[in-house]
Amino acid sequence: MELNVIGKGLPKVDAWAKVKGKTVYADDFSLPGMLYAKVLRSKYPAARILSIDTSRAKQLPGVHAVLTAKDVPNNNLRAKFGQSTDVGAQFEGLYRVLAEEKVRFLGEPVALVAAESLQIAEEALDLIEVTYEPLPGVFDPVEALKPGAYPVGENESNVVSRFKIRKGDIDAGFAAADVIVENTYHVPFVDHAYLEPESGVAWLDEDGVINIRVSTQVIEHFRTVAEVLGLPQNRVRVIGTWLGGGFGGKEDITVESFLALLVWKTGRPVKLTYTREESLLAHSKRHPFLMKYKTGATKDGRIIALEAELIADAGAYTYLTPWVLLYATVNAAGPYDIPNVKVDSVAVLTNNPFTSANRGFGAIQPNVAYESQVDELARVLGMDPLTIRQKNCLRQGASLATGFTFDRYVALPEVAEKAWQALGPAKESQDKRIRIGRGLAIGMMSYGRLTFLHDSSRSYVKLELDGSAVIRCGVPDLGGGQAQALCQIVAEELGIPIEKIKIYISDTALTPLAGTTTATRQLYMSGNATLKAAREIKERLLTKASTMLNVRKAYLKIENEKIVSLVEPGNFVSLKDVIAQCSSEGIELFCEAQFNAPFTDIPASELITGQTHPDFTFGAYAVEVAVDLETGVVEVQKVVACYDVGKALNVLNVEGQLEGGAIYCLGYALMEELVVDQGRLKTPSFSEYLIPTAADVPDVETILVESGSGLGPYGAKGVGEPACNSIAPAILNAIRDAVGVRITSLPATPEKIVFAMQKKQ
Amino acid sequence: MEIMREITVTVNVNGIPVRAAVSPQESLLDFLRYRAGATDVKCGCNKGDCGTCTVILEDRAVKSCLVLAAQADNRRVWTVRGLEKDPLMQALQESFATHGAVQCGFCTPGMLLTAKNFLEHNPKPDRAEIKEAIAGNLCRCTGYKKIVDAIAAVAASRTGDRA
Ligand code: FES
Ligand code: FES
Repeated sequence: MELNVIGKGLPKVDAWAKVKGKTVYADDFSLPGMLYAKVLRSKYPAARILSIDTSRAKQLPGVHAVLTAKDVPNNNLRAKFGQSTDVGAQFEGLYRVLAEEKVRFLGEPVALVAAESLQIAEEALDLIEVTYEPLPGVFDPVEALKPGAYPVGENESNVVSRFKIRKGDIDAGFAAADVIVENTYHVPFVDHAYLEPESGVAWLDEDGVINIRVSTQVIEHFRTVAEVLGLPQNRVRVIGTWLGGGFGGKEDITVESFLALLVWKTGRPVKLTYTREESLLAHSKRHPFLMKYKTGATKDGRIIALEAELIADAGAYTYLTPWVLLYATVNAAGPYDIPNVKVDSVAVLTNNPFTSANRGFGAIQPNVAYESQVDELARVLGMDPLTIRQKNCLRQGASLATGFTFDRYVALPEVAEKAWQALGPAKESQDKRIRIGRGLAIGMMSYGRLTFLHDSSRSYVKLELDGSAVIRCGVPDLGGGQAQALCQIVAEELGIPIEKIKIYISDTALTPLAGTTTATRQLYMSGNATLKAAREIKERLLTKASTMLNVRKAYLKIENEKIVSLVEPGNFVSLKDVIAQCSSEGIELFCEAQFNAPFTDIPASELITGQTHPDFTFGAYAVEVAVDLETGVVEVQKVVACYDVGKALNVLNVEGQLEGGAIYCLGYALMEELVVDQGRLKTPSFSEYLIPTAADVPDVETILVESGSGLGPYGAKGVGEPACNSIAPAILNAIRDAVGVRITSLPATPEKIVFAMQKKQ
Repeated sequence: MEIMREITVTVNVNGIPVRAAVSPQESLLDFLRYRAGATDVKCGCNKGDCGTCTVILEDRAVKSCLVLAAQADNRRVWTVRGLEKDPLMQALQESFATHGAVQCGFCTPGMLLTAKNFLEHNPKPDRAEIKEAIAGNLCRCTGYKKIVDAIAAVAASRTGDRA
């Protein structure tokens, strides 16, 4: 099929307003009479609340509401994370709006204030008197697992969930192995660090509907907010703004319930924006994992056994932990065809910040471990990094350890080779203090949500009489080109220029619900829904044009706002005329379509088998680093990302995902760590929590493989999250290559590298 | 409650004088967002770490969260919205859009102002100099490559004009 718009690196529809400073982000919006909200947060990571006295705060002039847990109609509920299906308690967690009785983490919301100004709201916070009885708490997940450990929540056990995978005979596998590598890896808490902190404005409209205009990846939280307030779901409307970044951190509820409660209480519009410090302190983090790995291979480099034990720190509340742990479990053995596999994973509550979704969603952490293991095996066996991977990686027809079989193209050997070769000829450092090293890592990650969530998306496409088009789709746009992709699909299918398309997104009242912008699902899900709607309209247009031109439908094509005969290009009718004809005959020029992902059953036990995800994206990173032997400072000189993206709908956007994903996790590899000591955050702002700047990073080279084998429109696969897989282990492998030390805990700071080098000597 | 002494300042924002009584501690960032309606100036940290609040004060790119409104009294401030007709800004805006340098866009206004100010002082930078120049403006989405591409393309076209 010839494509006119798909594949082009067109500027995004939202880019123009953004460069002109006209995009109205969540905090940029205000209403007359608006109040400002602040959140009082727990000073202790673990404590009993003995009393809360809000009377002085309430008396402060300008204060309109001070709320605590007892003012919340439903303060404790089972969190739905945007899914409409019931997936059972083992996959859902407690969502507590405000702390009651016991606080579980430092920064936990305890009370809310709404006042005439931010200054008054801040003053009011100081006047709320909370008496705490500090409790010991537990901060190490290994300790938290022990019998008799301090109970973080209301249950005796701190275990959130456990999963396992079993394939073959693990003991026999290790018995047959010629070499075995064993290591324990640790990855830390990290923050999403989107530049726009959590924010929203809410108001009550003339019909008594609570409107919440908020920076969110999940507008479907309107249902949760309704439940918190005890209102019918159609009384809460969420309008999602263009996000100033999300990366999973705006997947869970942030300010929505707080705003709704304060609006309900005061009847006034309310704004709540977190400070950067609040954002770092109190919203979700990426799960730290402790990962014990044992990998065995034969002399000729065949990996025959892998055993992994994963312990994830869930922090103080469950949130998306069970799903993250499930992803980690499924990914634990990596994209390798290994006959004997044993994986055991557990997630455990602690009195640390709560952890939930973060770009990569549990696939990233084990990727650090299994790709380090494969590299070590290659060293012991004297194999090169590419050969060992090509020898063992999954191919079409092979299965994951869960038993899920890949019936479509698996690009791993290809992407690994292309990335590795793109590094070019190796060169030595001229400087004696500097050692150059190279590393390779491959990975897989799903796109689309867990199949037992029964995911679906809806989109509405309509042609106007003048030949312009409207798309309505409840997709939140995080900046990844989510809206742009849908516009390009409609432009392609209906043969109209992209400038003639207007898209409305992310509004629970006015756009069909498209599901969450998470799980790298929007191109796949809403792309397919939009494609289905556009093709339905196209079919009607072609049918009408066929009679108008007296040409069989099969011999017609639609392009450049015309419907043209394939055999006789001079024979055509303008799109506008076909639209006019359809309109006068009452033929519908709109369509709302739904796309459903494959459905599977909810896992019945801890043992995970069969299909868990619709499909996977495969990619590889090759990097070159220069390590300073004296200081341990690592300079990443080259980064090559090679991914099978199926089909790049917009080349610029796909490259942008890979470049951005690479640097996001370059930070993970080398610099980022939220230091949490006994539940207290030691990196409270961007002065301490450092993310990569332009001066820290090389230009990422991207190589796109377009196999057309994806489940998305035109054979596309999702890349948003897979993009940040594999770079961290590639960097660790390159450091190992440069200076001979294996760093097993992220971030690989200069101190750790120097220490490891000294220890080796 | 202690009574705070207020001072009256007049800041010329995008060519329009904005006068307000403010507390001596009020930052230029708050003044711009809350009093001048310049919400194209973003607040990512309020502490000088992120660069999203960058504006041009007279002829220097500054982080407006680190400047007091009082320090901008009787001075001129430019934000992206006020530079709609500025040819260099227009070239940068076009270049950012067409190079895919804009993802979420939250860093974009600050990044554009830093880039404009930088190119005015260094018309022929190499990539390393561009990276150094924008190192105070964080971007979490793009990995910076396309931002550097966009700035480099504008620099190349301008020096091309001159040659
Ligand atoms: S808001 Fe000024 S530097 Fe971040
Ligand atoms: S585009 Fe999102 S922070 Fe730069």
